[in-house]
Parts: sequence; structure tokens; C-alpha cells
Amino acid sequence: MAAVGEQRITYDARGLAEPFADVPKISEIDGEQARFDAKELTTRQINLELRWLLYEEGVKEVEISNPGSKHSLGVGILTRCRIRFTGSLGYFGCGLIDGPEIHITGRVGWSACENMMSGVVVVERNAGSLTGAALRGGDVVVKGRVGARSGIDQKGGTILVLGSAGSMTGFMMQRGRIVIGGDVGPGLGDSMYDGTIYVAGTVKSLGIDCVPGEWSDADTEFIERKFGIYGLGKPPEFQKFVCGKVLYNYDKLEPSERKLVL
Amino acid sequence: MCGIAGIIYRDGSQHPIGDEMTRMLQSMKHRGPDSTGYALYGAENGDNGNSLVMRYKLADANTPRDFDFEERLRRHRTEVETRLAALGADVQEVEEETPYAFRVSFDYDGDLKLLADFVEDIPEAEVLSLGRSLEIIKDLGDAASVHDQYGLSSFNGTHAIGHVRMATESEVDIAGAHPYWAYPYSDVAVVHNGQLTNYFMWRRRLERAGRRFMSECDSEIIAVYLAEEMTNGATLEEAMDKSLDELDGVFTYIAVTKDELGVAKDELAAKPLVLYESEDLVALASEEIAIRAIVDHEIETYDPYEREVLVWQR
Repeated sequence: MAAVGEQRITYDARGLAEPFADVPKISEIDGEQARFDAKELTTRQINLELRWLLYEEGVKEVEISNPGSKHSLGVGILTRCRIRFTGSLGYFGCGLIDGPEIHITGRVGWSACENMMSGVVVVERNAGSLTGAALRGGDVVVKGRVGARSGIDQKGGTILVLGSAGSMTGFMMQRGRIVIGGDVGPGLGDSMYDGTIYVAGTVKSLGIDCVPGEWSDADTEFIERKFGIYGLGKPPEFQKFVCGKVLYNYDKLEPSERKLVL
Repeated sequence: MCGIAGIIYRDGSQHPIGDEMTRMLQSMKHRGPDSTGYALYGAENGDNGNSLVMRYKLADANTPRDFDFEERLRRHRTEVETRLAALGADVQEVEEETPYAFRVSFDYDGDLKLLADFVEDIPEAEVLSLGRSLEIIKDLGDAASVHDQYGLSSFNGTHAIGHVRMATESEVDIAGAHPYWAYPYSDVAVVHNGQLTNYFMWRRRLERAGRRFMSECDSEIIAVYLAEEMTNGATLEEAMDKSLDELDGVFTYIAVTKDELGVAKDELAAKPLVLYESEDLVALASEEIAIRAIVDHEIETYDPYEREVLVWQR
């Protein structure tokens, strides 16, 4: 056990020493709004500053400038608030969040919004592969293009992309919706269990189990509503894709819903 | 995991690529702390068309220093120079970068394979690179330490690739570090992130064709494979295109010649690469943070898709 006052060194998964950081407390705070410049801060310092503002200072709206594509920014925020990153994020940005509305003026790297539970993330430029991996709820809106395997293992929520998407989009998707305004690569919806994928452009190839679906008024209403909410203009025409078979012993219940049924 | 990076200036003029590649690689140190390597393209050596630069090593940083280590090193170094002279190479300069790694410039118009094989016949000798403008520098440790050890701050050039290694497939030593020179094809080098699953098939096939391998690292296959294809007349782009069908596994790799830089992604796009293109510069890396290390303003970047091969000229 560490002695009182001793700073213990922690290590990441690769055995590299993590810098020990204190909350920088450099933000300009004005009531429920705050802003700070992340240029000279480490990932850990940025996240500590953000959490300090939201959880201890009662701030509801934070602007972070110069995030510099650092990884793992804005993760694990479990409260309703507004966050604006002026710049780009690296990998794992905005993962494990539940509630915030986040606006990113640049791009995001791989695995943005992974395991997001609720809230909204709007990305003005491109996103990397695995965008919205294991998404449970909320909306992820990318105004540029996304990489491969976006929506992999998606369990709820909506991923809306104005540009194109790479291979295996919606791989093993289980619930929720993916909307792609451009073209998609090979293996769309491969091994999907459930959920709906809309594509406006060309589809290079469908994956196993993914088939064209029958368009309904509810689809039109959904697409128009989402485009309206995010000010994306008139939506193009989409094709709809769904799972072609019902898997054995599979239902749509969330674990919490299953508890109620039992 | 590993991290790869590349830069190429499109204006053809000289830039501080030693420093720039170091900043890129150091920002990705977390992707691989075991070793760091560079393939740097400076001004062409000499002006008579026969001037070459060879980088070679006679030991590793972690080679046991037994009782006659220094004497053996001295003897082997002398033997390299003797053999170069025996082949008719006119040695201009030999620089001792570290006690075990050397840079030699010379005029030579003979067979490069013969020269490389003759040098590597000396115990513990490995030719790291051979070409008119290519210089491969690689050693154990992070980019900052290799940069300082080899004095890369004075290295100017037109394009470069680099690699930080987290060893998974072979030993932590210089032979296992990237980039790999495309023996015996001059001025071609490769860095790779991923795993090749038909490594042994290709190794047996290429060894039967007379190619040599200096490591057990699967990445070395790519360099030797490209050399084989280009020896048979393929362009860099054609060779890289063909590799997508013939190499199995998950990979993103960057290959360079003295005039070109290319990137290839496998059909699963399973290994990351972020790309930035402007009128005067193309920069690419496993993570955008590496590009930010040399471009200090908001930029438009994207991830190339599956089965993409992109090639740029300097």
C-alpha cells in the first residue's frame, strides 16, 4: 500500500508509465458556461478539467479549443450538458457517454462514440473506422465520410453519415439505425441480427444475412425527422436494408426490458 | 500494434525530414516502444550516376559485449572495406554512426546483389540499405533516442517513411526493426503495420528465387516481394496492387522508391491510416496526432478505404 502523500505511478496496458496529473483549473468560467485551451494539456489533463467543470463547478456548457487530435477525449461523461470541441479528436473520442450533446468542428479518429448510451454527437468533417461501435442509444451525426465497420455491434441509436462508408458497415448490428448518404463498401450489414440500414448511394456488396427491406411511411418520417433536426436539408432517396432471417433464440429485448418481462 | 508514417514533398526540394519524421514517430511512441526506424531520401549521392550510399551494421545495441567484441568489430569493419575494394567500389567516405552501425559512400557500377551478398557474408554483417539516395537508419529505443544517436537533425531530403515497433512476430533487435530495404533493389524500402498469414509460403517461394531474408519478421516479405515484382518490370503501383491479391492477412504498409511514396491497405481495412494531402505535402500515419506533429493547424484528413493503393510522386 502506498504511503500517505506518495504519488503512485500507474501503467497502461502496454506497461508504459502514465503521467500523474492534477486538474489544471485553467478554464474561463462564466456562470454555467466555460471554455479552455487544450493545446498544452495532456489527454488526462483535458479530461480532468472537463470533469471538474461539469461535476464540481456546475458548468453546463464547455468549449474546448485546440484538442489537437489527442485520443480518448470527452469520454465517460454521464450528465446532460453541451460540449464543443473546436478542432479534431483522435481515437476513442466521446466513448461511453450518457447524455451530453457534443459538437466537434473537425474530424474524429477510430472508435468515436463507442458504447454511447444517449445524447448527440455531431462531427463536421470525417470520422475513422468503427464509428459508433456498440452504440446503445443517442444520435451520431457525421457530415463527412466514415471508415470501415462503422456501427459494428450496434445495439441501438442512430448513426447518420452524409458521406460514404467503408467495408462491413453495420457488421453484427443488433438494433438501431444507420443512415449513409453516400456509397458503402463491400459486406454491408454482414451477420446483422436486426436493425435497419439506409443507403442513398451505391452498395458494393451485401454481407451475409443482409437483404433489401420494404420501405414504409415510418421510414420516410424517420429520415425526414432526423434530417430536419440536424438541419441537413432535403434528404436524398434511400434504399433500405434489413436482416434477412430471424436468428434462433433471439429477441429484441434490452436486458432491462427482459427483467420486466420475467 | 506498431505505428507507421510517411511524408513526401511534392516540390522536389530539400526539407528537414530527419527532424519531421522524428516528431511524427515520437508522437506515436505509445504504439511501439521497442525500436524505431527511418528510410530517408536525401539528395542523390554524387553526380556520376554510379555513386551509392550503403548503411550497414556489424552488431546490435544489445549484442553481448564479450571479451573480443571490439576487436571482432574492428576486424569485420576492415573486411567490409576490403571486400568493397575487391569488387571495384571506389570508397569515398566511411562514417561511424555508432560503434556498430556505419554509413559508407562509394562509386560502383557492378551488380548490387553481388555486392550486398559479399558484404553480408561477413559474420554479423547486415546491409540495411543500398541506393543513390535511400538511407535506412534503425535501432532500439524511441525516435528521440535514435534521432540523437544518429544525428538526424541535419538530414534534409524530399521524402521519408518511419516505423515504431511493438515486437510481436520476432526478436527485439535491429534485424527485426523496420523499414526493410527491398534487397537487392536499390532505393526501395517498406514499413508495415499488421500481420501476414501466408508468410512462410512466400518466404519459401522468394528464397527459391534467390532472395535473402535477414529476420524472422513477416514484414520483410513485403519489401522482398515488391523487389521481386519490380525486378520483373512492374512499377511500384503495379507491384503494390498485385500484393493485395497475393499477400494474406491484415496490413497497411507504406513503400517508397527514390521518386515515389505509396500506401496499400488490405481488403478488411483492419489497420489504421490517416491521410493528409495538400498541394506541397502528403503526410500519412497510423494516427492523426503524428501528422499534427508537423502540421500545426486544422487540416482535412481521411482514412483510405479497403483495397486502396495510392502513390504520389515527389
